[in-house]
Amino acid sequence: MRCTRLIPLLCLLVAPLAAHANPFEHKLANGLNVIVKEDRRAPTAVHMVWYRVGSIDEKNGLTGVAHLLEHMMFKGTPNVGPGEFNRRVAAAGGRDNAFTNRDYTAYFQQTPKAQLEEMMRLEADRMRHLTLDPKEFAQEIKVVMEERRMRTDDQPPALLYEQMNAVAFQASPYRAPVIGWMNDLENMSVEDARDWYDRWYVPNNAYVVVVGDVDHDEVFRLAEQYYGPLEPRALPLRKPQEEPKQLGIRRLTVKAPAELPVLLMAYKAPVIRDVERDVDPYALEMLGAILDGHDAARFPQRLVKELRVAVNAGSGYDSTARGPSLFFLQGSPSEGRTVAELEAAFRAEIARIQKDGVGADELARARAQLVAAEIYKLDSMFAQAMEIGQLEAVGIPYRANERLIEKLQAVSAADVQAAARKYLDDDSLTVAVLDPQPLPKTPRPRSGAVPRH
Amino acid sequence: MKFAKLFAGVSLCVAAQFSQAGVTIEHWQAPSGARVFFVENHTLPIVDVQLDFAAGTAYDPAGKSGLASLTRDLLDLGAGALDETQTASRLADLGASLGGGADMDRANVSLRTLSAADKLTPALAILRDVVSAPRFDAAVFEREQARTIAALKEALTRPETIAARAFWSAMYPQHPYGVQSSPESLTAITRTDLVAFHARHYGAARTTLTLVGDLTRARAEAIAAELTAALPSGSDVAPPPELAPAVGSERRIAHPAAQAHLLIGMAAVRRGDPDYFPLLVGNYTLGGGGFVSRLMKEVRDRRGYAYSVYSYFMPMQQPGPFNIGLQTKKAQAGAALKLTREVLAGFLAEGPSAEELQAAKLNLVGSFPLRLDSNRKILENVASIGFYKLPLDYLDRYAEKVEAVSADDVRAAFARHVQAGKLTTVVVGGE
Repeated sequence: MRCTRLIPLLCLLVAPLAAHANPFEHKLANGLNVIVKEDRRAPTAVHMVWYRVGSIDEKNGLTGVAHLLEHMMFKGTPNVGPGEFNRRVAAAGGRDNAFTNRDYTAYFQQTPKAQLEEMMRLEADRMRHLTLDPKEFAQEIKVVMEERRMRTDDQPPALLYEQMNAVAFQASPYRAPVIGWMNDLENMSVEDARDWYDRWYVPNNAYVVVVGDVDHDEVFRLAEQYYGPLEPRALPLRKPQEEPKQLGIRRLTVKAPAELPVLLMAYKAPVIRDVERDVDPYALEMLGAILDGHDAARFPQRLVKELRVAVNAGSGYDSTARGPSLFFLQGSPSEGRTVAELEAAFRAEIARIQKDGVGADELARARAQLVAAEIYKLDSMFAQAMEIGQLEAVGIPYRANERLIEKLQAVSAADVQAAARKYLDDDSLTVAVLDPQPLPKTPRPRSGAVPRH
Repeated sequence: MKFAKLFAGVSLCVAAQFSQAGVTIEHWQAPSGARVFFVENHTLPIVDVQLDFAAGTAYDPAGKSGLASLTRDLLDLGAGALDETQTASRLADLGASLGGGADMDRANVSLRTLSAADKLTPALAILRDVVSAPRFDAAVFEREQARTIAALKEALTRPETIAARAFWSAMYPQHPYGVQSSPESLTAITRTDLVAFHARHYGAARTTLTLVGDLTRARAEAIAAELTAALPSGSDVAPPPELAPAVGSERRIAHPAAQAHLLIGMAAVRRGDPDYFPLLVGNYTLGGGGFVSRLMKEVRDRRGYAYSVYSYFMPMQQPGPFNIGLQTKKAQAGAALKLTREVLAGFLAEGPSAEELQAAKLNLVGSFPLRLDSNRKILENVASIGFYKLPLDYLDRYAEKVEAVSADDVRAAFARHVQAGKLTTVVVGGE
């Protein structure tokens, strides 16, 4: 901000407003929104392109196509050959990758600030001009299947989560894994990828987030130059596919090679739809912090340390999503204790909160952690860009973030208790158990205790 | 010591294209004898602190592998006047958090806190007790011992754990780096062992303290003096012993997983070795350069054998490993291993092309600012420089050292540190 000595008073008045303007936002005529947060702590920038499309938009038989397309985005356009995208980012001193989630698909580069223009040029190019070569597809689908084997098939806790999800959700597309079912991957074609790309990869279904040592006006100018010429197109109608009400407890078992059983209890939970008027999602976030937000929180304290019924015990909940959410409890029993005992212990902790509520000290502690986390977040440009991107992805304007924090701070003990009573109910519960199987015919590798010293 | 000044005289166009990003490291010795490293940075109201002790798993006594890690784990579970619950609650109240762990050479404890005095002062007081006066309460010890054994038993079913353990055992026969904890060795550990290990290995003389963030030099000096004043006196412990010459080996271990896990490597390079830069630059082309490395292009892009394939050098006090790794569906483990060996052999024979060398330098020099763009990253870098006694201008001269590497340097350095006949290969799973 340039203040001259001529107008100090005006500057004083304007300063708070100007400070508030960061991040800056600019919408192009083709519908692409550009959000820039200036952070001049280091001469670098992170550039992200977010598409409002994820596995939630997939149809039966095509699970995994959103993620597959993410892989294909690195396989070339008429201007930038296969593998060339990565090569150019690397030559620019950058790092790049992409990620696909249920609600979105996003691409990012972290580079020295001078390279931002090149990154915008490259991303704009592949937004509308992807080649989708059948030979490249044939190789890449194999890579994706290896990724599925690595991340899910050979990871018992991931398998458990995948199966639990498929039981907890019946109508919602959230029932399918983001990586896709293996059989769908085996039968996927390059045409499936092309249909997906043509349908969803348009500027009016995307937004750009830039955080770093940049000038926002300059970024907007570059965005007009590179993204501006891309034609918008009408998007397909998205149907709500709402999950019907669950009418009783569901239980499932997954057998996999492991030593420890894992218990996963998932309750149906709401998400923030109205930042101002909602109460329960904020209360559930604070409940999570009280249950396992630090080493002396209720689960580690009671279940791991005092009762010693678990070797680990935690909870998870995401209050922002396009679809429905789950509030889940997860743990493994200690040696000599059973999954049933752990489930009883989890239930007892939940019942205690439903009956007696939570302490003012517990709530104050959760607030203190929240305030500190907001400041620590500023140490990472990437984390700041992620926060903006993730809020926008679920339809919450990034500017609401401050309000979200205030709403979390305003949660009362009574709100937490009421939310625990309302949602942590057996009729909406899915209980999944990993039943560990011994490794067949494999002697445990010897520890190789070699005398030394 | 600013990066920019150094570059003023450097005429390389690549370097000139990218801007300065060095950090100014201040260094002194605390009255306790601990070596202190400080980077002053007031842009955020945050202070990061890390203490590094020469107390890694390489110092585990025979038959008690796991002692170093267990000692580190228990430090913040009750210290001074506070029990474990009070410690955790107080930290949460302050919005502060402790981190750290143990690797082979070192154990570390880190603290992140807000810099406001009403947060910083009590958080530092907790940290001081955690490193100086851990209680090692008997009940806590017994519980953590049981949890550690349970976690290890679980890990021993995982193909990646089985592969890594076999790999290190084979690369470091008869050396502490090759010995891992077992349920038996963990069971053999007593509370007294922890007390003795702390007293012996957490002395100030073998400790480095790194401070980054919203502090003045004067305040940092006072904190360093206070924080290390009550550390145990410690003993004069020898560093990990020299290695025996590497011998090649191949080991196959059955596992029902869908993917086989392949590891290839050997003990290769120590911290501070002048060959580190040629190895770093060369490895970028071989398997370090993410999506643009030879291994990635051949194994992933051309054949679709793997999602992840990489190579790296991990310098340690004694020569740490060169390591190639990948996972592939079990039916093609043999083909993937053959291809990986061909790529490596080709690289060892030819080294990087002129184009590859240039690409490696562009990325390593160009991306340098990304290695230092947060207090957290600066802390990690400076703590390593301090602990391993690397030159204080290490970061300032990083780009210059990378730029100076020639293709001949890469070939010669690889010839000295990576020999095909001495490689260890481990395959877990597969057909």
